[in-house]
Amino acid sequence: MIDIAVLLMLAFTAIAISRLRNLFAAVMLAGLYSLLSACWMTALDAVDVAFTEAAVGAGVSTVLMLITLAVTARREKVAKFSLPAFFVVLVTGGFLIYGTLDMPDWGDPEAPVHQHVAPRYLNDSYAEIGVPNVVTSVLASYRGYDTLGETVVIFTAGLGVMLLLRWRKEEKGS
Amino acid sequence: MRHHSILRAVTKFFLPYILLFGLYTQFHGDYGPGGGFQAGVIFAAAIVLYGLIFTPRIARKVIPYRAVYIFMSLGILLYAGVGVATLFMGGNYLDYNALNHHHPVHGQHLGILLVELGVGITVAAVVICIYYAFADRLES
Repeated sequence: MIDIAVLLMLAFTAIAISRLRNLFAAVMLAGLYSLLSACWMTALDAVDVAFTEAAVGAGVSTVLMLITLAVTARREKVAKFSLPAFFVVLVTGGFLIYGTLDMPDWGDPEAPVHQHVAPRYLNDSYAEIGVPNVVTSVLASYRGYDTLGETVVIFTAGLGVMLLLRWRKEEKGS
Repeated sequence: MRHHSILRAVTKFFLPYILLFGLYTQFHGDYGPGGGFQAGVIFAAAIVLYGLIFTPRIARKVIPYRAVYIFMSLGILLYAGVGVATLFMGGNYLDYNALNHHHPVHGQHLGILLVELGVGITVAAVVICIYYAFADRLES
């Protein structure tokens, strides 16, 4: 029941965002969308993901988009209807829906993800790692390399933003 | 934001709790939801809020660019350094069992704590850094 309500609200918010021409309102609705998806993730018991979505999606990225709007324009230019673009969107959407058709049902114990390494993590991780939160033990210990890589990606993102937005200032300052 | 006295008062009141919640998420990630990434973002969000209410110029006095640069790299170095430490203590790279030969589980605990701390430091610094870079554009 809650799932359906939240998903309906998500759909309505998405439609509203795509129809709005006032970008300020669209950004606020995008923040709301993130908050709603955080609620939905909580309903699906993915609390760690919900946490991230609420902090990054609803919090920080909304602020960054608002700053961008303050520097650029507040209203979207009305684009002309383009048939090729509409066709591409239709085909991509169709393929995405087609791709979900042979996905296993939600919570299906026979699903491939639950057959591979997941049982081992769930059964043995407490004895091996001693950390009650399996998400943390998978993320930081079993998949330590991946997380190191992800942290480097975040570092690179920060570096990139700095190089793009700050280099002129440093030049002027010195 | 100079005249929004309610916003300023509420922000001042909330700021320590947000920072504390960030630290809680950081060090309690082994037991409950959360971890380095979430903690870093929450910690940075507190600074972003401070910058929004009290102008980015004052926020930069609290955490200057130089500190952000240093912490950005420090987190990664901490993470990679734990891996190097496990190498020297006779394990594979990032094999935390090597950190404590008598109690491998304790080694895992220590390793995860340090690694998550590294993630948290880098994420917080990068988010603050991106916010500063954007806010600079607004000021100039």
